[in-house]
Amino acid sequence: MAKLPRNIYEQQAANRRNTLVVMTLFVLFLGFLGLGFDVFFLGFGSEGFGIPIGTIVALIFGGWSAYWSLESGASTVLTSAGAIPVPDNDPKYQVLRNVVEEMTIASGSPKPSLYVIPDPDPNAFATGKDPDHACIAVTEGLLEKLDREELQGVIAHEMSHVRNYDIRMMTVVAALVGAVMLLSEFGRRSGRLGIARGVGSSKRGKGGAVLFFLWIIALILAPLVSQILAMAVSRQREYLADASGAELTRNPRALASALQKIDSSVEPTRSIKKGTAHLCIADPLGRNINGKEGFFAEVFGTHPPISKRIMLLHAMAYQHA
Amino acid sequence: MELFFGFIILIGIIILWVIAQYNNLVTLRNQVQNGWKQIDVQLKRRHDLIPNLVNTVRGYMEFEQETLEKVIQARNAAVSATGVADAAAKEGVLSGALSKLFALSENYPTLKANENVKQLQEELTSTENKISFARQFFNDIATKFNIAQQVFPGNIIANMFSFHPSELFEVKDAAEREVPSVNLSLKK
Repeated sequence: MAKLPRNIYEQQAANRRNTLVVMTLFVLFLGFLGLGFDVFFLGFGSEGFGIPIGTIVALIFGGWSAYWSLESGASTVLTSAGAIPVPDNDPKYQVLRNVVEEMTIASGSPKPSLYVIPDPDPNAFATGKDPDHACIAVTEGLLEKLDREELQGVIAHEMSHVRNYDIRMMTVVAALVGAVMLLSEFGRRSGRLGIARGVGSSKRGKGGAVLFFLWIIALILAPLVSQILAMAVSRQREYLADASGAELTRNPRALASALQKIDSSVEPTRSIKKGTAHLCIADPLGRNINGKEGFFAEVFGTHPPISKRIMLLHAMAYQHA
Repeated sequence: MELFFGFIILIGIIILWVIAQYNNLVTLRNQVQNGWKQIDVQLKRRHDLIPNLVNTVRGYMEFEQETLEKVIQARNAAVSATGVADAAAKEGVLSGALSKLFALSENYPTLKANENVKQLQEELTSTENKISFARQFFNDIATKFNIAQQVFPGNIIANMFSFHPSELFEVKDAAEREVPSVNLSLKK
C-alpha cells in the first residue's frame, strides 16, 4: 500500500493525510452505528421523533472513553510493563540520558520522563497525553544490544511519536476501538431481544429492509473493522515516526541497523502485554504476521514489515548522501 | 454611507493583518534568540569539560603534547569568540582539534580503559552532538524567520518595524571543513 517515498517531508505529509482519513472513518462508523439504532429501534426519521438519541449517545460515549484513557492511560501502561524511572545519577544510564537530551534539543520539545524495563529483549515505547507529559520506556536489552548511534535512532523514533502526537492518537484510537466493541455488543443484544420497531412496519418497504440488513452486518463486523482501522493507524504512525526520527538525527542508517538488531532477537518481550503492542517500536509479541508482506499482513499487523521499514530508511539515507 | 462602512471594514482588516504579521515576526525572533541560547549553553559546557579532559589524559598521552596544546588553544580562542559567525568559525576549529585528540587516544589502551576518561569522553561526545543538534534546530528556525521577513507582503511589515535577518550558524572557511587526517600506518 505504502509507495516509495520521494523524501522525508512528503512522506510525513502523506502519513498525516492517511491518519486523518482513518480518524474520520472512525467517527463516521460510530455515528453510523448510533444512527442505525435510532432509525430501526427508536423510530427516528418517522414523524414526531426528531432527536437522534442513539447517534448522540454513541458519539458521547466514544468521546468520553477517549478522554478517560488520556487521563489515566500512561501510568496504567507503564505499571503493567513493570517500568522503573531512570535514576538521575546512575552512570549505567549516562548514555541513555545524554541521547535523550540530544534528541530533546534536536526536536525543540520538552524532555520526556525516562523509564527502563528490566527485560532482556530489545524494545521501546512512548506514551502520555501530550509532549509535556510524555514518557519514553526502553528495555535493558535495548541498552545492551544497541550502540550509541542506534540508540539515538530509536530514541528519535520515540520522540517523533511524542512530537507528532502519536502517543495521544494511539491512546484515543485504542479507546475508540473499545467503545465500538461495547456499543456493537449492546446493539446485538437489543436486536436479539426483538425490540426492533421500524423493520416490520410497512412504511419502509423493501429499501428499509436492505438498509437494516446492511446495518446488522456492520454491527456484527464492527469489532473487526475497528481493529483493522486501528492497525492501519498504527502502521502509518510507524512509517511516519521512522521518517521524522531520521529527520532529527539525519542518520536513517543507524535506525535501520537498530531495527535489524531488534528484529533478529527472536525472544518476545515478555514484560509488554498485548494491549501495549501497538505502542512499541517493533511488535513485542514476536508474531509472525508483522514480518510478512502482502495483503493479510497489510490489514492485520500492528507494525509494518521490518524489512520494508529498513528498505525505506535506506532509501532516505541514499537521498541524504 | 455604505461606501464609508466598507472603507472602515477594509481598514480594520488591514490593521488586524498587520498586527498578526508583526506578532508572528516577534514570536519567530524570540524563538531564534532562544535557539541561539541553547547552542550557547552547550558551547559553554564544552568549554568547561575540555580542561578537565586534557588534565586527565595528559599523563597517558605524553607524546601528544602538541595535540593537547592545540585543543587548549582552540578552546581559549572559542571562549573569546563574539557573534554567530565568529563563534561558528572558532568552534569549528575546536571540533577539529577534539576529534583529532579522540582519534589519537585510540593508540592508548590504558587510557581507553580508564573509567573516568570514558565518562568524560561520553560527556564530550554528547555535548558535541548537542551542539550540532542545537545548531540544526537554530538554523531551521532562523531560516523560517528570514523567509518570513523576505516574502511578499511580509517584507513590508519587516521593513516598517526594522526586523533584521538572522545569521546562520555555519562553517564558512573550507579549511575548517577538513576532516582531521590520521596516520594509520603501522610503523612506530
